[in-house]
Amino acid sequence: MYQGRGNLPPIELRSGSPIWTNLFTLYGANIMGERKVRYLSLEEGGYTVLLLVAAIFCLIIAGKTWDQVLAFHTALIALASLAGIFFIFRRYFDGNNNPAPLEINGKPNYNMGPVKFATWASVFWGIAGFSVGVIIASQLAFPALNFDLPWTNFGRLRPLHTSAVIFAFGGNVLIATSFYVVQRTCQARLMGAISPWFVVLGYNLFIVVAGTGYLLGVTQSKEYAEPEWYADLLLTIVWVAYLLTFLGPIWRRKEAHIYVANWFYLAFIVTIAVLHLFNNAAIPVSIYSTKSYIVWGGVQDAMVQWWYGHNAVGFFLTAGFLAIMYYFIPKRAERPVYSYRLSIVHFWALIFLYIWAGPHHLHYTSLPQWAGTLGMTFSIILWMPSWGGMINGLMTLSGAWDKLRTDPVLRMMVVSVAFYGMATFEGPLMSIRAVNGLSHYTDWTIGHVHAGALGWVGYISFGALYCLVPWLYNKSLYSLRLVNWHFWVSTLGIVFYICSMWVSGIMQGLMWRAYDSLGFLEYSFIETVDAMYPFYVMRAFGGLLFLAGALVMVYNLVMTVRAGEAVESEGAGQAALTPAE
Amino acid sequence: MDATYTALAHFAQTGGLLYFMAIFAGVVLYACWPSNGERFNDASQIPLREDD
Repeated sequence: MYQGRGNLPPIELRSGSPIWTNLFTLYGANIMGERKVRYLSLEEGGYTVLLLVAAIFCLIIAGKTWDQVLAFHTALIALASLAGIFFIFRRYFDGNNNPAPLEINGKPNYNMGPVKFATWASVFWGIAGFSVGVIIASQLAFPALNFDLPWTNFGRLRPLHTSAVIFAFGGNVLIATSFYVVQRTCQARLMGAISPWFVVLGYNLFIVVAGTGYLLGVTQSKEYAEPEWYADLLLTIVWVAYLLTFLGPIWRRKEAHIYVANWFYLAFIVTIAVLHLFNNAAIPVSIYSTKSYIVWGGVQDAMVQWWYGHNAVGFFLTAGFLAIMYYFIPKRAERPVYSYRLSIVHFWALIFLYIWAGPHHLHYTSLPQWAGTLGMTFSIILWMPSWGGMINGLMTLSGAWDKLRTDPVLRMMVVSVAFYGMATFEGPLMSIRAVNGLSHYTDWTIGHVHAGALGWVGYISFGALYCLVPWLYNKSLYSLRLVNWHFWVSTLGIVFYICSMWVSGIMQGLMWRAYDSLGFLEYSFIETVDAMYPFYVMRAFGGLLFLAGALVMVYNLVMTVRAGEAVESEGAGQAALTPAE
Repeated sequence: MDATYTALAHFAQTGGLLYFMAIFAGVVLYACWPSNGERFNDASQIPLREDD
């Protein structure tokens, strides 16, 4: 008889029968009249089977492959799967696997453990991603920093940077905030006990597999979709679990209406699933090889890639973070969103238009011109919902503008919405074929992306983290002064970054198209590179400032948990009520 | 081939226009329908009243 460590009565195993006859029993069932104390739930059993199959499959590949990177990655996934099984069973044998009550004293019993994990994961990956960004920016200015090593050259570190900031930092922010917001706006607990952990841990495992793959030279060479087929498969499974886990609280919500933030989260999750499946429709050379080929080639592949690529911007970096805007700004400003009607029009217009904008990435290529024109037209129409949403976010503060002066967290989020407006103004402009002829392949694009990434995604995420950590731990934020420092140092960094890239990009574009009186190109390519040197240095400096600001945030958040004043659940303004886990 | 393309393109252009305009009109009507106003006002309060 196994004596559990919990307070519950011990499990009674039927003597002589193998353990699994006891395990795969549904809740509430009795086997042959014996009173069963605990059963492995369908969820636990299901995940055990899934992880077991994954582990066996990966171990076979790891043993038989000739590809060392694949051996490393499959061994890692197998190890993680076995660890997952171990934790499911340890929980079971410790007697901690009784389903958590949905309510305690009539209040919803939220599941914030996975939210906390994803929050700190996003902080960690943020610093990692910004640091790699500073390194590769410095490499462009000082090529010696490539160190002539394959693992540290720009080509491998660049996707590491983009994936780390977009998918690792941004993705964890989205998972953390979506699980937080959907529970609270639906007044319902996340579905399942294993699923939310499977989502956050599985997602971060995907990040590790993808990131180490880039360093070791494994890539599909598709921008923002670099991970190879096996990592894509892992993400697909995690993403299905994410969708179902997110839908749980909506399914059993106590509010009649699904709050607009959840609509944006849902659009983000569903659309990313579709994009991911289409853009990674690749067949591996062999299941023992990291290399795969996409089922369609040439311009079709390019079209699908940029349909994916632009909607990664539209649904990952926009819709998901707009959800954060629609929840955290009203919450922090303590006033409802400016116009709920506008938010509905914003939502539907945004998702119906964004999905068509991709072809503007392929002007002057073998993509038919009409397709480019279509993408360009939809990009320009996108001005409307983008600015509608921006106005909705900004005007939420109408009547409370003084809070911009007194609350640096709110200021950060409002400035992020302003950057959103700026980036979504610049984007449609750059999608116009004639403008694109100048801007494409130049640093202008990089500047544009970072206005959105640093200003919009970065700042709304920082604002959300500054709200979320105190709410999750029932503490007040350690220091508003440090938030102020973070804000100004980072803002200065962004200004350095985007201004230097505007100048460098437009200069680069103009130099490429300059002709002399005899009709020859006026500049050789290396002359254009040489001319960009001072701007590369300025950009790296701007990135360094942005990283410095983020480090101040990390200190502030850690100190909030360690030394922040405890806040009573009610009455203290920003305090969140979370019954003990 | 050409005729098929032209026919399809024509259908996509006019049909697409009507489809998008209809959806947009539907969304705006839904959002602005007077009797929905109270529900939306109520919904906009969801983040603020969840602690009660």
